[in-house]
Amino acid sequence: MYVAVKGGEAAILATHDLVAEARRGNESVPELKVAQIREQQGLACARVMNEGSLYDLDLAALALKQAQGDAIEAAFLMRAYRTTLPRFGSSEPVDTAQMAIRRRISATYKDLPGGQVLGPTYDYTHRLFDFALMDEGQSAIGSRQSKTVEQPDCRLPTADCLDSHMPRVPDILGAEGLMEAEAPPEGDPRPFDLTREPVSFPADRDVRLQAMARGDEGFLLGLGYSVQRGYGGNHPFVGEIRVGEVCVEFVPEELGFSVDLGEITLTECQMVNQFQGSKDVAPQFTRGYGLSFGHSERKAMSMSLVDRALKCREFGEAANYPAQQDEFVLYHSDNVEAAGFVEHLKLPHYVDFQGELELIRRITREREQRLAREQDTLPEAAE
Amino acid sequence: MMMTDTDPGKTAACETTARQRWLAILARASRGEIETLVGAALPAHEILKAPETGTVMVEGRAGGAGRRFNLGEATVTRCVVRLENGAMGFSYALGRDGRKARLAAILDARLQSEDADGALLAGVAQLAATQAAARDLASCKAATTKVDFFTLVRGA
Repeated sequence: MYVAVKGGEAAILATHDLVAEARRGNESVPELKVAQIREQQGLACARVMNEGSLYDLDLAALALKQAQGDAIEAAFLMRAYRTTLPRFGSSEPVDTAQMAIRRRISATYKDLPGGQVLGPTYDYTHRLFDFALMDEGQSAIGSRQSKTVEQPDCRLPTADCLDSHMPRVPDILGAEGLMEAEAPPEGDPRPFDLTREPVSFPADRDVRLQAMARGDEGFLLGLGYSVQRGYGGNHPFVGEIRVGEVCVEFVPEELGFSVDLGEITLTECQMVNQFQGSKDVAPQFTRGYGLSFGHSERKAMSMSLVDRALKCREFGEAANYPAQQDEFVLYHSDNVEAAGFVEHLKLPHYVDFQGELELIRRITREREQRLAREQDTLPEAAE
Repeated sequence: MMMTDTDPGKTAACETTARQRWLAILARASRGEIETLVGAALPAHEILKAPETGTVMVEGRAGGAGRRFNLGEATVTRCVVRLENGAMGFSYALGRDGRKARLAAILDARLQSEDADGALLAGVAQLAATQAAARDLASCKAATTKVDFFTLVRGA
């Protein structure tokens, strides 16, 4: 148990100075600007927005700068800031079918309406260091390693845009009746908000999806991996991953009509899993869904794997493994909570420990006394 | 998406739609662009609701079309002003820029009494065109990464 302590003000002020110095590093190196982090460390910013559960690229960049790149500390800063803001309300549900696509791939369909669009991805890079990035001013923009393939020039007026219609892949399967239907429940109810109400179990899917959206990427990645390795028994395919911009629409009470607040970048993953059916119902593929802020497809993929695993109860499957147990997943996915509880062990536990220390000393003393008594009685027993 | 039309005044008969359209364009514009549009001299206006930053909870749908769920919040700044002619202007946009919110609210108020061929609407149309061009460029860049995968037949 933690018992509050007093004192140490001077030392704490000094550590604030020292951490600022450590954050700044060698002063002969120019200081990072928040805008540089926002523009050049976008994937890190996306992670901080997801786990901080707040979409604001500038704040995510500031959080990363202030936390020296510690993603969880940065997410903590976002969460703390969020609590100071009033909430105006909830948006209309975002429509990912209308996304302005920057990347869209499917591992299930080779030829799909709208096509496979790789977009910006590290998937097909060789993971070799690009030492040119070490030399300042030697920007690597457009320095393609192989220039043998002719590429269209986007500056030309004849350049082609993507198709405006990019159907979501599960919707294509759905049209054939082969995909588990995904429709809002009766009355399209407001979703549960775990930031305002305590979670109870078993948790519904809206609760699980919200928890995973703000959950730790590493934790969900590990759980998703466990599902793939057999601790969950799905056989997943990436039906589709799409990355791009969607409009956020909000209806302010005083206006009474929907206002388009601007665009946010989202990553969506629709995982297609093996069938469910019965003698009455024809077999259908089942879904796992992941949605996350920014370009963050590892997160969205992990979330969709665990989402499917957590649906085991709905499908009457046994929940034998961690990824299938909502209580286990939801109670341990929040890295700000987890870090808080793990790291509070650093705080003074002097009183608590004193108690333990006295106990172990007493036990030791009593043991020694008992052994001594036994030693005294031993020769008699031998005689 | 309501941004494909570059003429925000075209549907002035359907006032809500035209207004929704310019609000969307102003929400996407930078503070600098909005300052240019407002001009150097601010019209006299009363601030009914000072620029305030808060959040909107962004909702998604399971599977894209199913049950609603809370994805996470986004920062939003709003402001309400009233011009001397009584017109009220609103601004609601993502981000935390209070100055932009105030200027955009002034524009919203002015745009409501603007003639269809007014300079302000033309300015908004220009912003819309810039935004549409940026979107087209991004789409075209993505289109350069379109692939055709070939399935290799084993043992053929």
